Amino acid sequence: MITIIDYGSGNLKSIRNGFHHVGAEVLVTRDKEELKKADVMILPGVGAFGTAMENLKKYEDIIHQHIKDDKPFLGVCLGLQVLFSESEESPMIRGLDVFSGKVVRFPDTLLNDGLKIPHMGWNNLNIKQNSPLLEGIGSDYMYFVHSYYVRPDNEEVVMATVDYGVEVPAVVAQDNVYATQFHPEKSGEIGLEILKNFLRNVL
Amino acid sequence: MLAKRIIPCLDCDLNVPHGRVVKGVEFKQIRYAGEPVELATKYYQDGADEIVFLDITASHERRETMADVINATTENVFVPICVGGGIRKPQDYVNMLKAGADKCSTNTAAIHNPDLINEASKVVGSQACVIGIDAKRRYIEDPKESDEHIIIETPQGYCWYDCSIYGGREFTGIDAVKWAMECQERGAGEILLTSMDRDGTKDGYDIPLNQTMSQMLDIPIIASGGGGNPEDIYEVLTLGKADAALAASIFHFDEYPVPVVKEFLKEKGVAVRL
Repeated sequence: MITIIDYGSGNLKSIRNGFHHVGAEVLVTRDKEELKKADVMILPGVGAFGTAMENLKKYEDIIHQHIKDDKPFLGVCLGLQVLFSESEESPMIRGLDVFSGKVVRFPDTLLNDGLKIPHMGWNNLNIKQNSPLLEGIGSDYMYFVHSYYVRPDNEEVVMATVDYGVEVPAVVAQDNVYATQFHPEKSGEIGLEILKNFLRNVL
Repeated sequence: MLAKRIIPCLDCDLNVPHGRVVKGVEFKQIRYAGEPVELATKYYQDGADEIVFLDITASHERRETMADVINATTENVFVPICVGGGIRKPQDYVNMLKAGADKCSTNTAAIHNPDLINEASKVVGSQACVIGIDAKRRYIEDPKESDEHIIIETPQGYCWYDCSIYGGREFTGIDAVKWAMECQERGAGEILLTSMDRDGTKDGYDIPLNQTMSQMLDIPIIASGGGGNPEDIYEVLTLGKADAALAASIFHFDEYPVPVVKEFLKEKGVAVRL
């Protein structure tokens, strides 16, 4: 059973449908007791860092405990960013700090090169390291939509990147914690492969 | 490298059960292309990068039907979905996102109430706030005459672009380029830019319009109106500098299926997802 944390952040249906499609049983919940019992936790997220952290406040301890208990965890998009220490988007608000590092805005110099902000659309991965999440995945296109990106203090956690004026971490992982900046649930059949890998190789 | 997006558009008549996809030429000669869920699934399997659903009746009453269509579609379609027509308040955005959509497009409602863009982008994020602009050329004799409009040189002469609302039935006199810039300021994440002069004609996209918008804005532009073959799409993505190309009938009636368009673009050196 996959448990998706419902903390009031937009489209949860797609990630639920995605996991459902690749054969998982899925529970979407905002109930703390249910979350405490979760074997596998998914943290989705769309929107602003600060708002997300505010909404996540009551689940923070549960998330930290889940990770400490070495249970599988997957963050998606903003669900990746909030795993970091802090963000330029909401300077006064601390992140979950599972990964140490900062979330920063794409530099405006990108615009001079004809690139748009947000980074919206399909971009192809550069695989940096072997990861159970990326089995069978090469320089495939995934769907991204974000104006901020992460800068981990420890480069070792970066499994894949994409180029968008700067090198953007696209997959980060450490022990039982995995996170993607792109939306695997919106990345077509190859995106669903990532969800399958998570079920098959991580659980 | 970021790929250029190919986006089939489904103009939906929701007055029948399950809805139906229609396509008219300048709102005449309506043809039926199939059921929305069925067509969306086919385009997904064909490799569409995103799918746009437009409720052409834009009615309050049919929004629930649209939500049902999106709900059913997203069971099996795993690319971004954008919904337009009848989106008037932030709660409409929330409801569509809950049904499984990723973005909502507004035109008339945003022109009547520009604060909607600020409010909606705060609630659901800029990435979900697409502004539809239906732009019509207004030719002028002397380009120095006007300081209230942004004048663009086209092969047919100098013109500015007039924003139309209510699906092309009414004109506002609002300068489309200036309006697009205001939308960006207010928090819009993307512009769905339809040329009223080209829509349904298959004469090719309005290149000067797309070029100008793309140069003046920092947010992505989806070019729409006039796409009749892969060459047109190539032109608007390169010369026109659009980030994505939207088309309807060339996909509906299998004239140029999505994979054919993408193969063509790839051969010409455009980054596409195959």
